[in-house]
Amino acid sequence: MNTNGGGPRTVSKPKVSDDETSSAVAGDERRSGSRVVDPVIESRDLDVYYGDDQALHGIDMDIPERQVTALIGPSGCGKSTFLRSINRMNDLIDIARVEGDLRFHGKNVYDDDVDPVALRRKIGMVFQKPNPFPKSIYDNVAYGLRVQGKDVDVDEQVHTALERAALLDEVEDQLDSSGLDLSGGQQQRLCIARAIAPDPEVILMDEPASALDPVATSKIEDLVEELAESYTVVIVTHNMQQAARISDKTAVFLTGGHLVEFDDTNKIFENPESDRVEDYITGKFG
Amino acid sequence: MSTGNPFAEGTEDIARKRLIGRAFVAICFASTLVGIVALVALIADVLVESWGWVTWEFLTYPPSQVIENFLPGGRGAGIYPALVGSIFLIALTAVFTVFLGVGAAVYLEEYASENRLTSFIEANIANLAGVPSIVYGLLGLAIFVRSVQLGSSLIAGALTLTLLILPIVIVSTQEALRSVPDSQRQAAYGVGATQWQVIRDVVLPRALPGIMTGTILSLSRAIGETAPILMVGAATSLFVAPDGLTAPFSAMPMMIFEWASRPDPEFQHVAAAGIVVLLTILLLMNAVAILIRNRYDPRS
Repeated sequence: MNTNGGGPRTVSKPKVSDDETSSAVAGDERRSGSRVVDPVIESRDLDVYYGDDQALHGIDMDIPERQVTALIGPSGCGKSTFLRSINRMNDLIDIARVEGDLRFHGKNVYDDDVDPVALRRKIGMVFQKPNPFPKSIYDNVAYGLRVQGKDVDVDEQVHTALERAALLDEVEDQLDSSGLDLSGGQQQRLCIARAIAPDPEVILMDEPASALDPVATSKIEDLVEELAESYTVVIVTHNMQQAARISDKTAVFLTGGHLVEFDDTNKIFENPESDRVEDYITGKFG
Repeated sequence: MSTGNPFAEGTEDIARKRLIGRAFVAICFASTLVGIVALVALIADVLVESWGWVTWEFLTYPPSQVIENFLPGGRGAGIYPALVGSIFLIALTAVFTVFLGVGAAVYLEEYASENRLTSFIEANIANLAGVPSIVYGLLGLAIFVRSVQLGSSLIAGALTLTLLILPIVIVSTQEALRSVPDSQRQAAYGVGATQWQVIRDVVLPRALPGIMTGTILSLSRAIGETAPILMVGAATSLFVAPDGLTAPFSAMPMMIFEWASRPDPEFQHVAAAGIVVLLTILLLMNAVAILIRNRYDPRS
């Protein structure tokens, strides 16, 4: 299961959490799968509608802190919809409607007193296709810091973010050149750097490697595992091997927006409760 | 089995279809040719008519009733007040149109929720783009010249031309805003930008080349319009350039119209000279539009 080679990690922790002790041993214990971690995000009976169509049916899920949670399932199963309801990107769709609770540190993000902009500052996002701005590499990474008006050393944050996104070595000499001049894989790592520069707690990734070649994909996968040292990562993927390789928890969505099974990744892939999940994972359908 | 060409079957049919294809190309080429030939003929005719008449004096002197004044050795006569009037007119129109047109388009495209009222408004704006310019002239006369009592002034002319091109600018700006990929907006929202920040940092810069192109092309339509400024009351016998917003003004299309309707055939050369000046300014504006589009396109 452990594919990250065990090389020395120099990733510094961006923030001090309440339970510093548990995270200090997280590197070894993360993949044991038995440790109980406080959930950062709790979904309770969450329904999402697009107009009259119900895209998600009563989703219950606890997403643990500083682990990788994979959302898998066939096309149209609602996994992306669920991801986008976490940081309220669905708000941008006029006809989308959400019922039920989606709690971030216990607070329902759909409460009236929650500003979606403030929410998205805590929960970063990486999209399916790399979408850098037509600006310089530096300005791309600095954008989040600038819009949030954070009182930080922008230079330092940009460098740290690029380093964490495993891109600094490749672009250090060309920070002023356009982000669009990079290769697809580099662009996606640039987008990851942009997402982590303002130091969110959670990073949502919507099939971040689906538009990339295998080499670029494996770089993103390594990166996801490293990011989980510091961040809570929720990743949507079409690729079951990818989910098996990089995630600690896996949620299987099947047709019609139902969460069929959610458990430790080992359990899902080795001994799923549901026959439908087993069929899906072994490729009998989907 | 024969050992001949394995592709022999159906070659006649392919040849016939290819012939139809060639005929289609010929028709398309002929259509293109009609447009180009007409344009070249027009320009050649105007150039021949005006040959020797476009002089420095023509650009810097006020008009005259006497044809000899336009000729070399005369006292000097030309298009100066109308040239300056047209430039002022277009500059003012540009300021009004950019604020009103881009503002309205951003509101309709980015802020207004999609309901029947907004689609009704959008459909009507598109219809307004097809209203004849003389109607806008009458509107300008009724509102700006009479009701607001601006008189036959530069600003009344500019406001009338603004009304005329506003629908086109709104529609083309909406198109430009719509062509900004949603992925760019989402990227900005994703790092916690507010809607205003998304529009300012991502949407407008990306749409800018399209907005500028649409606006400048609309303005080059406005600079050649005669009917609206005729209704508003542009003068043809002004000897000075306008010196204020409420000053009376002349404009090149009016001047050309005036010269072209003179009985003296010599004045046809003067009219042609005026057309050359107007066309030059038009082409310059279009060139600027293309330059801006290429230069500021963030994707290039």
